Amino acid sequence: MDLLKATFKQVSDAVQTKKVSAVEVTKFFLSRIENLNPQLNAFIAVNSKALDEAQAIDEKVKKNESVGPLAGVPFGIKDMLCTKGLRTTAGSKILENFIPPYDATVVSRLRNAGVTILGKLNQDEFAMGSSNETSFFGNCKNPWNTAFVPGGSSGGSAAAQAARLAMGTIGTDTGGSIRQPASFCGIVGIKPTYGRVSRYGIIAFASSLDQAGPMVSSVEDAAVCLEAICGHDPMDSTTSQRKVPSFSSELSSNVKGMRIGVVKEYASGRMHPDVEKTYSLALEKLKQLGAVVIEVSIPLTEFAVPMYYLIAASEASSNLARYDGVKYGFRADFKDLSSMSLDDFYSETRGQGFGAEVKRRIMLGTHCLSSGYYDAYYNKAGQVRRLMRDQYIEVFKSCDVILSPVTTSPAFKLGERSSDPLTMYMNDIFTTSTNLAGLTGMSVPFGMSADKLPIGIQLTGAHFEEQKVLNVAYALENVSSVKLEVPHVY
Amino acid sequence: MIDQKLIEHIAKLARLKITPLEATEYGQQLTKVLNHFQEIDKINTQGVEPLVTPTDIEFYERADEVHKRYSAEDMVANAPEKAGQLFKVPPVV
Repeated sequence: MDLLKATFKQVSDAVQTKKVSAVEVTKFFLSRIENLNPQLNAFIAVNSKALDEAQAIDEKVKKNESVGPLAGVPFGIKDMLCTKGLRTTAGSKILENFIPPYDATVVSRLRNAGVTILGKLNQDEFAMGSSNETSFFGNCKNPWNTAFVPGGSSGGSAAAQAARLAMGTIGTDTGGSIRQPASFCGIVGIKPTYGRVSRYGIIAFASSLDQAGPMVSSVEDAAVCLEAICGHDPMDSTTSQRKVPSFSSELSSNVKGMRIGVVKEYASGRMHPDVEKTYSLALEKLKQLGAVVIEVSIPLTEFAVPMYYLIAASEASSNLARYDGVKYGFRADFKDLSSMSLDDFYSETRGQGFGAEVKRRIMLGTHCLSSGYYDAYYNKAGQVRRLMRDQYIEVFKSCDVILSPVTTSPAFKLGERSSDPLTMYMNDIFTTSTNLAGLTGMSVPFGMSADKLPIGIQLTGAHFEEQKVLNVAYALENVSSVKLEVPHVY
Repeated sequence: MIDQKLIEHIAKLARLKITPLEATEYGQQLTKVLNHFQEIDKINTQGVEPLVTPTDIEFYERADEVHKRYSAEDMVANAPEKAGQLFKVPPVV
């Protein structure tokens, strides 16, 4: 069995029929991490118990016990998700030594499905960034060309998956953090509808926007993984109680008659010619497959980036108030606690523990929520958010899925854009409105730039319509000319 | 305009010690960002309820019961400084 090409289902079936052992599969990926990770810095912690976990799966198989649909499939997990007994940092110095006492629901559901955990993946600090350059643990690199960023914030997940250091990975997406790195690294990534996946045990960035999702190598694997992690969780009151469809068995590449929306307002933006080309080709292919392309208008999407940063920074400033040097995490080195004030204790610890981008957003968010500014910024952004969400709901009455680019350009060079925050923020123009409106969004690889960097296509669906998005992605994957290409680091 | 006085006020509210260099940098950057973001002022939102949770989540109830899932030792294991099961902090009274 070629473990670099095998699907989750093939591996799980082989493990359950004892054609291959979970230990062999896990060993294979651990050795890839050992050999290739030094070039990428995608994994920032390796699970020393990974082989024990695999062994436990094999023993269950031996005793004919049920092992779940992902039996023996090894995953890497973004460092935003708590993993019991395995260091979880959110890419920050302030959590450098944090060992969670429990698993995030996503992680425990994966384990219940038979997954073994290989380790934890690099990311921008507290998921604040689009290049993985804000990580306390150093840059992660793009396996297609290590002079380029893998994207962010789930850069480690995307790089590890593209280089096949794991069979599957999990990322989180607050404003594009699954879809943008998936596009930059040539993998499949889906952000489920807000409320589809439990946020319990996921380090909070912006609670009304955060969702976790699979970052994997095929649409089928994404569907299988979603089935394992979606669904109501009593530990997260914002999870939906809707039934989770069997995404993988309902997967279909038949898009005949499906209505594909093209957003009028996106046409005015400046786009890299290779992105433009990929996007036009995707539209053309879908038409050939019998889909109907219609123009739709979402005027307020023009304001998505300002809305997003005002809301996300505000929520972050509140969520990150918990890092105070008292209960867990980093504490500044104080010689004598008895002679200092609690305020100085907090300020010193937080000033030393957070990186520059996180501090910038805490400052922005604190300002937006402060007396005299709350109405003009946070409240106003929330009002526009409702109006934009309603425009999306209206548009999805006339189309099934919206097709768009993921980003305006392919991956950029390390250091190229990190100096100016506003330029960096404006990168998120195609991805943030999905989170603001709570929709589902996906990136599927479909093109390659002239200098051999992958380009994804974004599909956006109405609330809880992951199946439609998966099906259009599946159709595109089937006719994609880039699906067999592999990166330089592989 | 986010001047130095306002930056210091925000840093104090956020319990965030920043250096004079950071204060200057953040002042300039936040001014630029907020000037750009002010474009949302153009939109008429009179009488619109702000949106927080973007999807319709059904209300559900669960019994309000105490579960002993973790030991106190587990919960304080990550504390930077502790005395037994207590967190050590500067004097607050």
